[in-house]
Amino acid sequence: MKTILDKRKFNIVIERLAHQLIENHYDFSNSVIIGIQPRGIYLSDRMVPYIEKIIGHKINYGKLDITFYRDDFAKVLHVPNQTEINFSIENKQVILIDDVLFTGRTIRSAMDAILDFGRPQKVELLTLIDRRYSRQLPIQADYVGLVIDSIVSQKVKVFWNEKDKKDEVILINENK
Amino acid sequence: MALSTKHLLGIKNLTKQDIELIFQTADNFKAVLNRPIKKVPSLRDTTIVNLFYENSTRTRISFELAEKRLGADTINFATSSSSVSKGETLIDTAKNILSMKVDMVVMRHNVSGAPHFLANHIDAAIINAGDGTNEHPTQALLDAYSIREQHKSLQGKKIAICGDIMHSRVALSNIYCLKKLGAEITVAGPPTLIPKHIDSLGVHVTYNVQEALEWCDVANILRIQLERQNTPLFSSLREYSLYYGVNKKMLDSLKKEITLMHPGPINRGVELSSDAADSHHSIILNQVENGVAIRMAILYLLAGKNE
Repeated sequence: MKTILDKRKFNIVIERLAHQLIENHYDFSNSVIIGIQPRGIYLSDRMVPYIEKIIGHKINYGKLDITFYRDDFAKVLHVPNQTEINFSIENKQVILIDDVLFTGRTIRSAMDAILDFGRPQKVELLTLIDRRYSRQLPIQADYVGLVIDSIVSQKVKVFWNEKDKKDEVILINENK
Repeated sequence: MALSTKHLLGIKNLTKQDIELIFQTADNFKAVLNRPIKKVPSLRDTTIVNLFYENSTRTRISFELAEKRLGADTINFATSSSSVSKGETLIDTAKNILSMKVDMVVMRHNVSGAPHFLANHIDAAIINAGDGTNEHPTQALLDAYSIREQHKSLQGKKIAICGDIMHSRVALSNIYCLKKLGAEITVAGPPTLIPKHIDSLGVHVTYNVQEALEWCDVANILRIQLERQNTPLFSSLREYSLYYGVNKKMLDSLKKEITLMHPGPINRGVELSSDAADSHHSIILNQVENGVAIRMAILYLLAGKNE
């Protein structure tokens, strides 16, 4: 077990990602943020108020559940979470937010799901951790908190203060 | 989380947790049904046969719609246009259909216990869409779901079920379902249409519909199942309507607002008058709308493998 992001660095990374979004989307007049359920919303819930504080107004922020769009339905049954998108994404720049980018399958499902709500002008991906070299689909993130090299048998676990009482990212070796 | 059962044969063998999981999943599907694109691809690799040995409008359309909204492939089967009229047995029919790689069976049959029988002989998941005078689980679930939507919780709610209790599978499934969710139930109707010893299910019995309406928060009015009555159990439909029918005047005479339900099809002017059925008390069309979400939830939960 190894800590790859401690509490102090954790917040610096999230703030950096927020600034990167503002750099590309200015006042968010044509951009919306969509957190992916269940764990992506911990990240988006932190970033959205921070961005709103800097730019001085509310932005369109939704939550997306991808359960019904998964490709492993025949293997495992997942219980769905809430989807809340109370605005149109038609011709908007959509920023998808998730905690860990691993095989790319979640993001594939999320893109399918988001297209059922309309036709965005552009879809971007922001992720806290990018597990490089483990992709099973040709999907890349536009904004990355931290890139790590890991093997498939290892696990990356993100702890959130809101849920787990601490902010930390650790790398676990399964066979240990 | 997963259902405790492989088939949905009746409410009798569901747990309270099962029912709550179905409701929670249905909430999500109801949201999907209100989107511009009312479809998700969850069951795109699943084929479902709708095996209907008895007539149906709502249940059949509702199931077919639920299946299509989940992206499943569907086959419809009606006895009148099939080899059943040439003498093929239920098991043979089912086995032949399943050998064409069908994953799930939605089944309605005029004989009580037919889906239970089939469940012992085939591998596919079976959903009971009504068997004889036994159970109609999806109707009970959508009824309870609609009450929950109106009244938040079913705990302690007073529900009157009025009409032909004897021949109604909706009545039995509703009693099981509502009791499991903590509601109180009174059945009301003519003595000949209320089974003896029904109080052993923990329900109150009255032969006075007005009294039941005064007591309840929600009234579920059932149709007279003339097709299942071999001997006359009341003198005439006019007399039935006079003594046991529900009309707007009765609803207006109550000191409180009650919710009015009916599983359909309504015989207007018999168990329920038109002015009552179309009044603001009625949530009959909400029931139909919720039916699709409930059936999507059941199909989804039974098609998936347990974690």
